[in-house]
Amino acid sequence: MNKMVDTIIIGAGMSGLAAGIRLSMYNKKILILEKHSISGGLNSYYSRGKRKFDVGLHALTNFVGPNQRGKPFNKLMKQLRIPYEEFKIHPQSHSLIQFPDQTLKFTNEIDFFIEEIRTHFPDEIDGFISLLNHIKNFNEVDLSNEVIMAKIVVRNFIKSEALVEMIFCPLLIYGSAWENDMDFSQFVIMFKSIFLEGFGRPEGGVRTIIDLLLKRLDTCGGEILFKTEVSRIISKDGVVVGVEINGSEIIECNSILSSMGLPETMSVLDAQLDYSPRTGNLSFTESIIITDKKPKDLGIDATIIFYNNRPTYLYQRPQTLFDHQSAVVCFPNNFLHDDFDEGVLRVTNIANFELWNQELLLSKVGYNEKKLDVYNHGLSILKNCGMSSNFEVKFKDIFTPTTVKKYTNHFNGAVYGSIDKSRNGTTPIAGLYICGTDQGFLGIVGSMLSGISMANLHVLQSAL
Amino acid sequence: MLTNEEVRSKVLDIIADIALDDDVTGIKDEVSLREQLDLDSMDFLDIVMELKKRHKIEVPQEDYTRLASMQSCVEYLAPKFNS
Ligand SMILES: Cc1cc2nc3c(=O)[nH]c(=O)nc-3n(C[C@H](O)[C@H](O)[C@H](O)COP(=O)(O)OP(=O)(O)OC[C@H]3O[C@@H](n4cnc5c(N)ncnc54)[C@H](O)[C@@H]3O)c2cc1C
Repeated sequence: MNKMVDTIIIGAGMSGLAAGIRLSMYNKKILILEKHSISGGLNSYYSRGKRKFDVGLHALTNFVGPNQRGKPFNKLMKQLRIPYEEFKIHPQSHSLIQFPDQTLKFTNEIDFFIEEIRTHFPDEIDGFISLLNHIKNFNEVDLSNEVIMAKIVVRNFIKSEALVEMIFCPLLIYGSAWENDMDFSQFVIMFKSIFLEGFGRPEGGVRTIIDLLLKRLDTCGGEILFKTEVSRIISKDGVVVGVEINGSEIIECNSILSSMGLPETMSVLDAQLDYSPRTGNLSFTESIIITDKKPKDLGIDATIIFYNNRPTYLYQRPQTLFDHQSAVVCFPNNFLHDDFDEGVLRVTNIANFELWNQELLLSKVGYNEKKLDVYNHGLSILKNCGMSSNFEVKFKDIFTPTTVKKYTNHFNGAVYGSIDKSRNGTTPIAGLYICGTDQGFLGIVGSMLSGISMANLHVLQSAL
Repeated sequence: MLTNEEVRSKVLDIIADIALDDDVTGIKDEVSLREQLDLDSMDFLDIVMELKKRHKIEVPQEDYTRLASMQSCVEYLAPKFNS
């Protein structure tokens, strides 16, 4: 007899864990299957020597205080029954959008950003305020919203292309699977989560979030199998019946929530369908640099700097291994609480998966040299951000799009997944649903909300 | 046989667990729950799910509106608790 459960969840990333908690809370027999040996997916962790590192998590978006009702983060906590305080989140100091001619500063208070725009773009302030009102009144999570490109909408309010580019820069790199523009609903999600709510970081980093989710899952009786890869999704007459794991054993189920991505899910489905969602193009390199001095002692008190050295912001797959002219630079020491004894610098560049993959196939030595280029370039970006070079590097680590692919199995190492999303989570196969990245809610908070809403919609509600 | 007061207290227990951060002691029975507490449609789903889990009571989707206030909850649920 094959093993049988109600729902199989593919992936123990943020969305899979959240979905698993919701379902096991209501006595569904679930099984989370995870290929990797630990949880977290795109947002995981590792250690080198005595040092602990986060892979994703620059900052948690959607930062709000405990009493702000109805905001995504607090909704999430409520749905998972995890008290707000347990996340021990500390807010950012401030962040910068640094372009060649202008720098805009923002904090977790929108009024601060309004004043920045009044100072730097006085002619645009009325338009910006109207845009804010439009955003506040827009229901971005209505799954029936039609797709409209956000830049078209925003240009109705803001005439300065320079300002449009600056506003889009953080929103694109923190949450768009599309190049250079995004769907307006996604724009509003990102705008609210970054400019109206804000950035925070849990004490202990991503481990704190993962540990809380795992503990809650365990309390609810949910089960995870690690080192367990779904090698085939088995369907019969267009209806899901189970999965094959690690190329051998079969587990039967009534439904599947898959967080592995839409094209990735379709690639292991046994049925031949006339449906081929496209793979995304956006991936990243990142240099993580540990220094003897902290950023504050080197002249940097910002938490995150969105750095761009061109008049426009090119959010697209670069023709080179990585984009040299833009980066997100994160200083984890500069949250209100500092977890670290040393300085931690993270420089993230948009990168080209294909080119990195070619390097890797060609020679490991060449690949490692190219990684060193990323790092050296990162150091010069830090300098351009105004950081003093008077420090000693104690440790460095660099990851590339091929690393992302290796550890998360997302095709092309596409951090924000496919450009085709399944907003309502359905696929052509009954009982097979998408959650997480390719349902369309991105980031840490977004993917957890996605797991929760897909579990609610397709499993809990349909059982009533 | 549960009295209306006992039914109310069982519903209140559920709401208190869902609205973690709200003070539920002063809920007015005749005023809608949404007006008094931070509850949205996701939370109403949870009230229904908890009724099923704790008390084996099923509330079909078309009856969700009957859960709008404490008073209507008790009216609607008392017969279900006692059947
Ligand atoms: C460098 C970087 C920085 C980031 N910074 C931030 C940030 O600052 N703030 C923020 O909010 N977000 C950030 N993100 C994004 C955030 O991490 C993701 O949006 C989120 O974690 C996605 O979660 P998910 O559950 O949708 O998918 P995933 O995390 O990808 O989960 C999918 C899981 O499925 C597993 N899997 C895949 N295939 C199989 C299979 N066949 N069988 C079994 N298991 C399988 C994978 O191993 C993985 O664990 C960052 C991401 C990266 C890479």
